[in-house]
Amino acid sequence: MNNDSAPALTVRDLHVKRGETVVFDGLSVAVPRGQITGLLGPSGCGKTTLMRAVVGVQKVQGGTVTVLGESAGSPALRRRVAYDTQAASVYADLTVRQNLLYFARLIGARQADVDRVIQQVGLAAQRDQTVGSLSGGQENRVSLATAMLGKPELIVLDEPTVGLDPVLRAELWDVFRAIADAGATLLVSSHVMDEALRCDRLLLLRAGRIVADLTPAELLAWTGTSDPEAAFLALIERDEAHRPPAPHRAFEHGAAR
Amino acid sequence: MTGPRTLATAGRVLRQLSHDHRSVALMLVAPSLLMGLFAWLYSGQPGVFDLLGGAILVLFPFIVMFLVTSIATLRERRSGTLERLMTTPLGKADFILGYALAFGLMAVVEAVITVTFAVVVCGLDVAGSLWQMMLVAVAAAVLGTALGLLASAFARTEFQAVQFMPVLVFPQVLLGGLFMPRDLMPDALRVVSDWLPLSYAIDAVTAVRAGEGGWELWRPLLVVGAFGVVCLALASLTLRRRTP
Repeated sequence: MNNDSAPALTVRDLHVKRGETVVFDGLSVAVPRGQITGLLGPSGCGKTTLMRAVVGVQKVQGGTVTVLGESAGSPALRRRVAYDTQAASVYADLTVRQNLLYFARLIGARQADVDRVIQQVGLAAQRDQTVGSLSGGQENRVSLATAMLGKPELIVLDEPTVGLDPVLRAELWDVFRAIADAGATLLVSSHVMDEALRCDRLLLLRAGRIVADLTPAELLAWTGTSDPEAAFLALIERDEAHRPPAPHRAFEHGAAR
Repeated sequence: MTGPRTLATAGRVLRQLSHDHRSVALMLVAPSLLMGLFAWLYSGQPGVFDLLGGAILVLFPFIVMFLVTSIATLRERRSGTLERLMTTPLGKADFILGYALAFGLMAVVEAVITVTFAVVVCGLDVAGSLWQMMLVAVAAAVLGTALGLLASAFARTEFQAVQFMPVLVFPQVLLGGLFMPRDLMPDALRVVSDWLPLSYAIDAVTAVRAGEGGWELWRPLLVVGAFGVVCLALASLTLRRRTP
């Protein structure tokens, strides 16, 4: 399973319905190991649903999701995969440290690890404050810190930098980079387009389809723009005009259908 | 299911409570205040409080724990923390037992306070021993916790959870033998009453008040315990890792 060339996660022919809405009607995509993959797309395009399927909490109607060589959501993966939901999923009535100590005990992480992640998200001064008394951005960072506990091989982060100032965002992306350099795979969703340039790879999702699967440099070159925001808009315009002539590697995996 | 994660969860729930002084105060003191009100209400009619006081002693902890537990777990569902927990090695039974343990502990403290208050301050006449009374009160509270955990699985909002009170709790109160001895009920209602767990908690407290030990006390207590275990098992079975 330590084959570095094998993808960290492979999605094949995924079908998901939420209520009456069809979110995915045969989605196929792969995410390489040891890299930061950005998941971009307008709100409602299925980013969160895809992440939920990857961590194994989304009920799916069909298809397979393979994570680190195992079926998504299997017990063995619960130690190897970490997930941070979009809304801060921590206990508002506990302190920063109490929250992290609880999650550390669940995954069997050391106490020293709690102090490390508190440092990494820059909340050392607030460690004994209840999460409910923190600002929205600080609360999100507690939730993010929880996903960094232990030594997860895949970290799935749903819009981790929402509501944070540019300085802090840059600092957190440095932390993400360090985690990836240490060998972990990160799947990070965002709608802040300048963050796209800090990823190794980009998945552009629109209305439940992968519109593009490429590197940031490819995105800029291909759309002939210099800023990611414009590139993204250009991509969507092209997608609307005629269905994707974009570098669409997802098809390779989709061939199994 | 593993011990350490169950204990970690129970500890976390208690730690959350410790930050919420008002809830703790309400949980521990409100039953005593209601008990006092009850005793005062019937102070002019000797014997009535002795007759009903015991039943009240199991009723309040049962209702309070039902409400507190169903709201607490529902909050966990809605805040996204349950979803996150379901991606960790925490077992479903760990989660349910962690809550049961934490609120069970609260129930013990509450029972000690309420029974002591009822006997010492309100002068409730109990022929049996105090620890038996406390045991029955704790059993009723744990039953409320277990039922609350199960009910919260079927509620999507806090509003719905509170609406389970009239459906799940009030019929048990009406048919439990508090308002009318169970032997005098119409046959059909008597049969229904036999299937409701709170009836047995009230039977048990009646036995303690009359000073009856032995089977008269332990049989209904066992039934209450069995109901609690079944509710907890069902609650952990209805918990889903994957949601739509």
